[in-house]
Amino acid sequence: MSAENNVLLRVENLKMYFPIYRGIIRQQVGAVHAVDDISFEVFKGETLGLVGESGCGKSTTGRVILQLYRPTAGKVFFDGIDLTALKGEPLRRMRRRMQMIFQDPYASLNPRMTIGDIVGEPFLVHGTVPRSEVRDRVADLLKLVNLNPDFASRYPHEFSGGQRQRIGIARALALQPAFIVCDEPISALDVSIQAQVVNLLEDLQKEFGLTYLFIAHDLSMVRHISDRVAVMYLGVIVELADRFELYHHPLHPYTQALLSAVPIPDPVAEQKRQRIILQGDVPSPVNPPSGCRFRTRCPLAQAVCAEAKPEFREISPGHWVACHLV
Amino acid sequence: MPDLLTVADLETQFRTREGLIHAVNGVSFSLKEGETLGIVGESGCGKSVTVMSMLRLIPSPPGKVVAGQAIYQGKDLLKISDEEIRQIRGAKISMIFQDPMTSLNPVLTIGRQLEEPLMLHMGMTQRQARDRAAQLLSMVGIPNARERLSDYPHQFSGGMRQRVMIAMALSCNPQILIADEPTTALDVTIQAQIVELVKRLRDELGMAIIWITHDLGIIAGLADRVSVMYGGYIIEEAPVKELYANPLHPYTIGLLGSLPKITEDGQRKLSSIEGLPPILFQKPKACPFAPRCSYSVEPCWQQNPTLEEVSPGHRVACWVDVRSGRQRS
Repeated sequence: MSAENNVLLRVENLKMYFPIYRGIIRQQVGAVHAVDDISFEVFKGETLGLVGESGCGKSTTGRVILQLYRPTAGKVFFDGIDLTALKGEPLRRMRRRMQMIFQDPYASLNPRMTIGDIVGEPFLVHGTVPRSEVRDRVADLLKLVNLNPDFASRYPHEFSGGQRQRIGIARALALQPAFIVCDEPISALDVSIQAQVVNLLEDLQKEFGLTYLFIAHDLSMVRHISDRVAVMYLGVIVELADRFELYHHPLHPYTQALLSAVPIPDPVAEQKRQRIILQGDVPSPVNPPSGCRFRTRCPLAQAVCAEAKPEFREISPGHWVACHLV
Repeated sequence: MPDLLTVADLETQFRTREGLIHAVNGVSFSLKEGETLGIVGESGCGKSVTVMSMLRLIPSPPGKVVAGQAIYQGKDLLKISDEEIRQIRGAKISMIFQDPMTSLNPVLTIGRQLEEPLMLHMGMTQRQARDRAAQLLSMVGIPNARERLSDYPHQFSGGMRQRVMIAMALSCNPQILIADEPTTALDVTIQAQIVELVKRLRDELGMAIIWITHDLGIIAGLADRVSVMYGGYIIEEAPVKELYANPLHPYTIGLLGSLPKITEDGQRKLSSIEGLPPILFQKPKACPFAPRCSYSVEPCWQQNPTLEEVSPGHRVACWVDVRSGRQRS
């Protein structure tokens, strides 16, 4: 599986700092270390789950991969091509192959455009389909996401959250991408609707051989949909492994705490459970702790954790972790 | 144990530009002393409106409680005077909300906001209130409590703000704490902290809790009894273990099936409930879930089933016995 030709996306030492400016001359006084030196690979046809709490940099990672933000440092290889070195037309051409589904189905659809215009816009922007055929293609796409093709003339406000998310998915599929970043696509939806959207994403993946980067904070849903899972904390990936391996043998103390904090919809299991309750809050990414980022909340932290940054290393085949104590 | 609070046939409507919305359509439940009742449902099912109606917190207009009663200590909360309900609200029955940022006043210090109910309801002096406020903050696990009293809400993180809200709700030793999705806006590790905190305080203080949520996961580890709401009705109610082991309403079954479990290994496809929850422009005459239900039979489209007890403590509103697939007589 880890053969080089199976790698669709490779992220190398990616960093994204957002500068903070102060005063009338807008002097830079610091930076938000949103993503701080992460490396990973995504294989063709798989779903890589990216989990973490709010502010850990998971959405930023998704956006930097698509070059919606230009990274501070590091490289992003898509099918062997370094996206960070591209700009202008060549980058636009690459963008057809990578799409994004956004978290908020209310904010990510233009309220003044009809559904047909929204889903058909990628064709016009990229000119991949003649204008005369756009209407038919839009109808096909709407059918694909289980929406009535007659909805094309309606506006976003006429749809529910789940239906809007389907429209967002149809738009993302328009250019037949190979890779889709799903940025918390179900967090804004009700429970019964979440399953509809997740099932749709799984069906589409099977049908078109799509590769997903699935960003979420809901660990049980990530485990359900992903092949491998990466756990982020304060701008760094602390652990990455096959989903069964990660959920059965979590090695990083943060992963362990995160897993134990997830409620299980089963009162009998809940009663027997031993919880690791983390103390305190996530520190500010403006001034992250020295050494290991997690040490301020880690129940096992030792002197070495403050001194040196733990290396992100492969403990067993395919199981990566960044912790001094493992 | 005696019932602490009994709500019967509660109905609430909202007048909107699009028409009259029947948000709650005859909800009855009771709460025993020291018991934790979970009310579960999706957005728009009427779970928040139910408790807001009970405490007379529905802004009117557009909202109106059109029927029902809520008996607490022999008095109907819906009938007593404004002055009387004010004595109860925030003192005997208190509430924590989903978004701690919008429920705290941003221009007053945490200390001022904590002291206010103490002076109002408990008749404390400023000095006594200050001491009690500091004590409350440290009880909910906020370090350097006394110094932090002079901080403003924006100086606290989301989890810390929710702790402040809890301290405020507990300040007058309530008999009933109503928690309206208090952890929805929080991260999982912070959510776990808050849930543990509420459990500990519940055991220490012996209060009853009504916990409103859409998350069947949280409620499993917290509640004694669970009511599931749909379309402004309670459609199933059972002791917590019974509900998860033996759900009887197709909606409850659907909800549980659509949740992935972190403990299960198989590659199961999630069972989703097709369709959308209803928008209640009319009070449903038939079962509100029938259009999305895979078990539906003829009577489901004719008449709304009432909540009937099928085994001790387990009540369900459905025309079909899902275990046998047969229609209930």
